[in-house]
Amino acid sequence: MELTLWTYEGPPHVGAMRIAASMEGVHYVLHAPQGDTYADLLFTMIERRDRRPPVTYTTFQARDLGGDTAELVKRSIQQAVDRFKPEALLVGESCTAELIQDQPGSLACGMDLGVPVVSLELPAYSKKENWGAAETLYQLCRGLLKSQVPAPGTDRPGPERWKEENRRPRVNLLGPSLLGFRCRDDVRELRGLLADHGIDVNVVAPLGARPADLIRLPQADANLCLYPEVAGPLCSWLERNFGTPVVRTVPIGIGATAQFLRELCALLGLEPPELREADQRSRLPWYSKSVDSTYLTGKRVFIFADATHAIAAARIASRELGFTVVGLGSYSREQAREVRAAAKELGLEALISDDYLEVEQAMAQAAPELVLGTQMERHSAKRLGIPCAVISAPLHVQDVPARYAPQMGWEGANVIFDSWVHPLMMGLEEHLIGMFRHDFEFVDGHLSHLGGAAAPAAQPMAAPVNEETEVTPLSATPEGGSLRWTASGEAELSRIPFFVRGKVRRNTEAYANERGVAEITEETLYEAKAHFSR
Amino acid sequence: MAQTSVLPPVLRESGQREVFCGLTSIVWLHRRMPDAFFLVVGSRTCAHLIQSAAGVMIFAEPRFGTAILGERDLAGLADANEELDRLVGDLLARRPEIRTLFLVGSCPSEVIKLDLAKAAERINTRMQGRVRVVNYSGSGIETTFTQGEDGALTSLVPLLPSNPEPQLLIVGTLADGVEERFLSLFARMGLETVRTLPPRQSTDLPPVGPGTRLLLAQPFVADTVRALERRGAQRIAAPYPLGVEGSCAWMAAAAAAFGIDPERVAAVLDPLAERGRRALEPLRRKLEGKRLFLLPDSQLEIPLARFLHRECGMELVEVGTPYLDRQLMAEELPLLPEGTQLSEGQDVEKQLERVRASRPDLVVCGMGLANPLEAEGFATKWSIELVFSPIHGCDQAADLAELFARPLNRRELLQWN
Repeated sequence: MELTLWTYEGPPHVGAMRIAASMEGVHYVLHAPQGDTYADLLFTMIERRDRRPPVTYTTFQARDLGGDTAELVKRSIQQAVDRFKPEALLVGESCTAELIQDQPGSLACGMDLGVPVVSLELPAYSKKENWGAAETLYQLCRGLLKSQVPAPGTDRPGPERWKEENRRPRVNLLGPSLLGFRCRDDVRELRGLLADHGIDVNVVAPLGARPADLIRLPQADANLCLYPEVAGPLCSWLERNFGTPVVRTVPIGIGATAQFLRELCALLGLEPPELREADQRSRLPWYSKSVDSTYLTGKRVFIFADATHAIAAARIASRELGFTVVGLGSYSREQAREVRAAAKELGLEALISDDYLEVEQAMAQAAPELVLGTQMERHSAKRLGIPCAVISAPLHVQDVPARYAPQMGWEGANVIFDSWVHPLMMGLEEHLIGMFRHDFEFVDGHLSHLGGAAAPAAQPMAAPVNEETEVTPLSATPEGGSLRWTASGEAELSRIPFFVRGKVRRNTEAYANERGVAEITEETLYEAKAHFSR
Repeated sequence: MAQTSVLPPVLRESGQREVFCGLTSIVWLHRRMPDAFFLVVGSRTCAHLIQSAAGVMIFAEPRFGTAILGERDLAGLADANEELDRLVGDLLARRPEIRTLFLVGSCPSEVIKLDLAKAAERINTRMQGRVRVVNYSGSGIETTFTQGEDGALTSLVPLLPSNPEPQLLIVGTLADGVEERFLSLFARMGLETVRTLPPRQSTDLPPVGPGTRLLLAQPFVADTVRALERRGAQRIAAPYPLGVEGSCAWMAAAAAAFGIDPERVAAVLDPLAERGRRALEPLRRKLEGKRLFLLPDSQLEIPLARFLHRECGMELVEVGTPYLDRQLMAEELPLLPEGTQLSEGQDVEKQLERVRASRPDLVVCGMGLANPLEAEGFATKWSIELVFSPIHGCDQAADLAELFARPLNRRELLQWN
């Protein structure tokens, strides 16, 4: 048993629903108790879809458990096929159905339905949403493409065959799905980016694809693995069986987009992209270089997200915005290795966890000035009074905006610049609050460009705001427990601008502990400051 | 209210049900009793459900959580009881201000027969009065949406102190403002001892005993009522306090049960009714003659349909309810117009076919169906809002009607050329 206040991912069958709902012509029969239809809301409310997800639930109740639930499953399957006439059928279980073991997948396979049936085995008590999505996409494509797989030893066409065939090169965009972070606009941005380089899009999947489109996947010259959490296994399988090479660089951020283009062009045998393309096409490089951004230098940022967005954010934050990354982590265990490597480059130990409390603790420990995280990190950031921007799923309705808001490509970088810098205190205000702390309006922790809410991370739809804006003294009882701040020490600490105060407190206490100093005076604080300055 | 109207046989359907499970009740109960914590024992699906419903609010201190069962628990490798004890220990260490802990059963915990009642008892003994631990089931296989509140209140009944004194006990969650208003109106009639369940603090439980008369603010508290009756309380038969008519009858029934002079009651209620009807007038003009289709959700459907028909002039196409308790609806059913088609249970695909065929002007339904129906051209009112809004009482009648008029107004208001 594991205590969960917030969960980063849903159960694996929600991942399977994401695949079914993202596609056209696919129906999903889900053996699940009454009530599990709540998942429809993720699509009709959060994604604001105008139709019901293509899911038929058996919605069994306690009284059904005495009877024949397998018969209920078969009836639901037959009715779903008759009513919706899908081109392919997914059949699976939710966590409760897994316990009663009716084997709905095998039942469906024995029913002679006249459509391809994919039986999903999604272990709900050990795997989660993204794994469920990846497994479903993989099994669906495998099922549809099995007969096309060339025999071992057959010659496979190379990525440059487009030249011989006298056409433009074409690629698949794999991974975008509903409930993914900004997938809708990422696809549009990438279509434009690829078109600019003379590259066509063969299939986008699962978002918007039909089963017939999946059958065309092998016709692409390369696969772009845009969301490895969802498309990783499929890309590997296509590479193994059809020899289609994969570009695994995810084009989020200026550097990553440029690298992505270089890799793709080299792979397809195209002219390498122009070096100045980023500067011409995106505003982020100039905005970040302009003097107004100087105060961003060294801002301490804590990053926690799915692996793809966490790694991308770390690169943007450290290289393109000049922040100092003080914490990097992800809940995606499947991509833990990549996150660890990215953290190591920044001299950090990656936090791989799906325990919300552990993430909150790491955040408090790192005492950042900005948190880049998921919907969950907004809770912790609110508690700690730290500005926060959302960079990855899990998301809520405000992160499926009406406006064009990609994360990928050149425009994605523009969106990122605006949305990450916005929660921070503006430069002039930061200076003035550092100089004059007796103002009646612009008090400590006040961010007047956010409408003057006293708590920096307060959101308009928030529950009652925690009035305490001071960065809480989380390490107030150090090991040994004998540390004490004198009045002069506290007074000096209160003179430190609020967004770095947590860090200064922690450093000073660490310094005092190290030296065996029991009482922290203003002098101790300055000694610690000198000690830690490079 | 002895009159009976002729209703056709209730349509009983089984098939796919598009409803919430009882766990969802946590979304409003955690606000009603801020000193309580709701710990669901279930799967990741349960955790995902609650946070999808409540996660748009940002919590500095979460008031609910899930003990997620893992493979080790299912395989019996870990003693589920020890695991639960450890986990509750951790939780209470982190949140010492919690006064009542609800262990909430789910489908997985019910299917594997985890005995949460025993667990609650055990932890209670260990905590020695520092925190009270109770349990109820919010599983989808047993409960639908608001029935979760019924379970939670039922679990509190054994903790109520005994007191034989006469008192009025209002059962079912009311918005704070509405609750205060009712208390002051009853006081004006001379009814001083009025208490409510659930209370605002989980430790501030009302007493119960042979002198207790129960007045139901919500129609979905059947088990709670039965548990209270076993402790000597008696239910006052009344329609539910929705709309002017229902609210007046509701308050009058309570006053009558305590032998209060009807003239004094009328002196309090008549001006309210008069003002309530005046406030309803413009909304009635909006809603009159409009055809209404209610899908099953909360058991509030029958009283709502009664109000919308009798006081707002709407025509009822079909009134669906997840569960029909004829005893608790005995005062409501005769007030429905003749020929009203009731349906109990659901086969959502067939019901949607009936919606499409009958082309109602307004469909009351859950959020899984609302946007898709809007896209098909139907005006919808999403039903969960009715559980989250102050809708009870004469003074609220116009607000309640406005909830149904708003989607119709909006459709007239929006124009794109």
